[in-house]
Amino acid sequence: MTTQASGPAGSRDGDVLLRVENLVKHFPVRSSTLIQRGARDFVHAVDGVSLEVRKGETLGLVGETGCGKSTLARCVARLYDITSGRIEFDGTDITRLSTGKMRPLRRQIQMIFQDPYGSLNPRRRVGSIIGDPFAIHHTASGAERKRRVQHLMELVGLNPEHYNRFPAEFSGGQRQRIGVARALAFTPKLIICDEPVSALDVSIQAQIINLLADLQRELGLTFIFIAHDLSVVRHVSDRVAVMYLGKITEQAPVEQMWAHPRHPYTDALLSAVPVPDPASLDRRERIILVGDVPSPINPPSGCRFHPRCPKAQQRCVDEVPDFIPRLGDEATHLTACHFPVMDGEDISQARPAISADLRVVESSIPEGSLTGISGGEAS
Amino acid sequence: MALLQVEDLHVSFRTDDGIVQAVRGVSFDIDPGQTLGIVGESGSGKSVSTQTIMGLTRGARVSGRAIFEGRDLLKMKPEELQQVRGVKIGMIFQDPLSSLHPFYKVGWQIVEMIRLHEQVTKEVARRRAIDLLKLVGIPQADRRVDDYPHQFSGGMRQRAMIAMAMALNPALLIADEPTTALDVTVQAQVLQVINRLQREFGTAVILITHDLGVIADVADEVVVMYGGMVMEQADRMTTFGAYHHPYTEGLLQSLPAYGGERARLRPIPGQPPSPINVPPGCPFAARCPYVMDRCRVEMPPLAQAGTELEHRSACWLPHDRAAREGLRRKVIGQSLSVSAEA
Amino acid sequence: MTYNVGDAVAVGIIEETPIAVVAEGEAAKKIEGHSPWVLAWRRLRRDRAAMISLAVIVLIVAMAVFASVIAAILGHGVYQQFRGPSPAGLSPTGQPVGPGSTFWLGTDDQGRDIFVRIAYGARVSLFVGVVATAVTVFGGLVIGLAAGYFGGIVDSLLARFMDWLLAVPFLLLAISLISVVNVHPIGPLKPGLPVVITVLGFFGWAAVGRIVRGQVLSIREKEYIEAARALGARPWRIMFIDILPNLLAPLIVYSTLLIPATIVGEASLSFLGVGILPPTADWGEMINNSQNYYLYGSWWYLVFPSLALLITTLAFNIFGDGVRDAFDPRGDLFV
Repeated sequence: MTTQASGPAGSRDGDVLLRVENLVKHFPVRSSTLIQRGARDFVHAVDGVSLEVRKGETLGLVGETGCGKSTLARCVARLYDITSGRIEFDGTDITRLSTGKMRPLRRQIQMIFQDPYGSLNPRRRVGSIIGDPFAIHHTASGAERKRRVQHLMELVGLNPEHYNRFPAEFSGGQRQRIGVARALAFTPKLIICDEPVSALDVSIQAQIINLLADLQRELGLTFIFIAHDLSVVRHVSDRVAVMYLGKITEQAPVEQMWAHPRHPYTDALLSAVPVPDPASLDRRERIILVGDVPSPINPPSGCRFHPRCPKAQQRCVDEVPDFIPRLGDEATHLTACHFPVMDGEDISQARPAISADLRVVESSIPEGSLTGISGGEAS
Repeated sequence: MALLQVEDLHVSFRTDDGIVQAVRGVSFDIDPGQTLGIVGESGSGKSVSTQTIMGLTRGARVSGRAIFEGRDLLKMKPEELQQVRGVKIGMIFQDPLSSLHPFYKVGWQIVEMIRLHEQVTKEVARRRAIDLLKLVGIPQADRRVDDYPHQFSGGMRQRAMIAMAMALNPALLIADEPTTALDVTVQAQVLQVINRLQREFGTAVILITHDLGVIADVADEVVVMYGGMVMEQADRMTTFGAYHHPYTEGLLQSLPAYGGERARLRPIPGQPPSPINVPPGCPFAARCPYVMDRCRVEMPPLAQAGTELEHRSACWLPHDRAAREGLRRKVIGQSLSVSAEA
Repeated sequence: MTYNVGDAVAVGIIEETPIAVVAEGEAAKKIEGHSPWVLAWRRLRRDRAAMISLAVIVLIVAMAVFASVIAAILGHGVYQQFRGPSPAGLSPTGQPVGPGSTFWLGTDDQGRDIFVRIAYGARVSLFVGVVATAVTVFGGLVIGLAAGYFGGIVDSLLARFMDWLLAVPFLLLAISLISVVNVHPIGPLKPGLPVVITVLGFFGWAAVGRIVRGQVLSIREKEYIEAARALGARPWRIMFIDILPNLLAPLIVYSTLLIPATIVGEASLSFLGVGILPPTADWGEMINNSQNYYLYGSWWYLVFPSLALLITTLAFNIFGDGVRDAFDPRGDLFV
């Protein structure tokens, strides 16, 4: 995978908070026998991802199951050791830092997790949970710690008097706020949000999104925002990267991505998002993809999307596309596709030009030809 | 003539913490071939309503009526309900992993289901199972019919679930959050499958979800539930373009996609109410920007709003369109506009 | 629960609908701020069977604690043999005497008051039961925690060790080891209480260790553990501050069910003659001895110690069930 072009002309490197180069993370598939026979299988969770995150911006990371976005997040937070590649945070190469050297840096990189019910220890009190960072890094104890924890609780909209309550006594939205408070203890430079609102009710999602936006403004935070809900991503992000099977397929400033999606996968994603506007839904061309995402253990050759792509040609099978601006886009809009979607092109009518055995084919039967059963109504 | 008519459904449970009033007087109906979307957040009672109608809730105190094909489902004995479930009314759930039996092959489960209610040979039933799997778009259906549920991906499992629910041509399909756990492209596929099946079988569908986008996509009629009651009921266009109830408004306003701009979202403040200590009056009163004293005391009836007969709203605000629009502008500073993405 | 395929699309979904429905909803606020422990205790208090068995346990403990008082009140020492004409602990033919006004539960083959001996026997049973269980739980906890959290080589070694423990035939080893130790003490293993407690405690490590290891393996994958690692917490901190509190509830439940098993284990060893050394009063030993005299009509000698053992075990078991239900009304305690 080629390295992506560097940031837009005129940006200084000093602006870049996080730089990831060719990150690869493979998980070995454990075999059940004690002795390995033959070659091992690997899950290609992340297969060569490069990106940059600038100070103060929100980078949205979008993708479906198996695309590797969560793995990528955890690699950046050094919760995993990476297979190959380079991670540079605030000028420091953190790729192979030891646990001890990494520890102080952990104050600067924090994560907010998806599951408000699972990301908090049910047997610990909330004050203790939020105070963990202070305890772990020995920065405050006793009354001072309590004071700071209560300040954080106020910051995220929780009642500081609930310091001694257990997570079970809070609602989902409030628990998510607890998670945010925990992450803010040291005002980290980078916060990685892994689907922070997906598990919440719609009306509560908006509260948390607003909270994160407010905090970003007040504290100058930088976010990597991972979500599968494209409407949310569009709302919060400055730039968006779309991932598929371990690679970034398209990356652009957010409005560019919505106005001029270049990659057929992006196009399909956008067309699949149900928006609460019946009129526009009725007008929309539906690009319904065939089949499911293939397994990341044996990803397809060339462009990984070719088995499901409506525009696939032989070149897509043979050659991995470069991640560069296409069709005259600016340097901020990068796409990995040999036959990108042109403005106004309707790919729902496109037909792939590769042989059927390289594609996913859904079976179907003609209307009205179901096997009849007694008492049934089908012909 | 409505296919299913639910009248004044009340469902409550006794728990350690008190009596949970999950459903507090819900009425709706659905016509043959129609798609009814029931939308609400957690605790709204949307799932409990349909589960109760199907007799799937244990230990519940139920009152009200659910008339299906001339008979009240709520009064049926378990044996009678068994003849209705699967045959006349199919049901699919959010997590196919827990509704498909993990130890039996998928094809076998469909075949057993068919043969339980129909006098057909195994071969005929199996052929139909394969046809159904093809109908829902499962590739290589003749081979995959002998697979176990865990060998299917999430989207495939949901489709197999649908195939099984439709095996006996039920007149009504109840889909409880069928796509919530799925990726958005898979969700599009599954919704397309349901659509196809509706055309093939003429089935009516009750789709329960919290996703207003899905509702906008597939529902003909929409019922909005909150706190165990129906807040608003309208057809698709009206729900999104000319809604009346403040809760509907609040839901739409809190969606990033509805606003259209990247401005601050307008969430509904507060939390959904507790079903245990239900305050009198309207359940939404505590969070409503239009709240009046009357709302906290007296529950408004579900009455006609606007000009259409079928548009009903349970709210004390004036049902006259112009007056409502005036209030909207005054209270939230915005007029009605459907400004979501094209 | 029968699985009716006709309801294949429906059955098995709703088990505890009310709690599931309520718990998932945003609205599931608990009544007041109460810790999981307080809530469990409240649930326990409402369980009548558990409360009755708790009362029984308290009575038995009281009987054990005040055994010497009982002996003083009755005027019958625990080792005192009443062979003489008054009080007549043995019949003129030398047989045990049945229950009466002098000896409430009768006498044994040596004219000793069975009631007093049962009271003193309770001391042994309870002491061994609790201490051996404590040894088991503590040892199993350490092994399981280490194996589950560290994984890799540590886990493999400890898992093999636990497998070995489980494979060794407990009774055979107990009998031979205790027989040897009774003649020739090995280090800290002295005859009587030390060796019995050690044997009973040590062999339980494997069972507890496996359970703990399983729990730790699943807890380890939880997001709050990931969060702790993301914060930079060291392994020890994660193990003791984050994982351990989640193990306490299953452990407590397991302990309350382990105690009666241990008590029976101790009684069995004494029954086989390799337990506490006579003349210390011990239920198992009494049951063993009584076999000879039962056939000659001295039913009380067999029945009362057996009843004591039965009631004690039953009380602990029922209480243990109650504790389990109190901690885990939904059945998801063991993750």
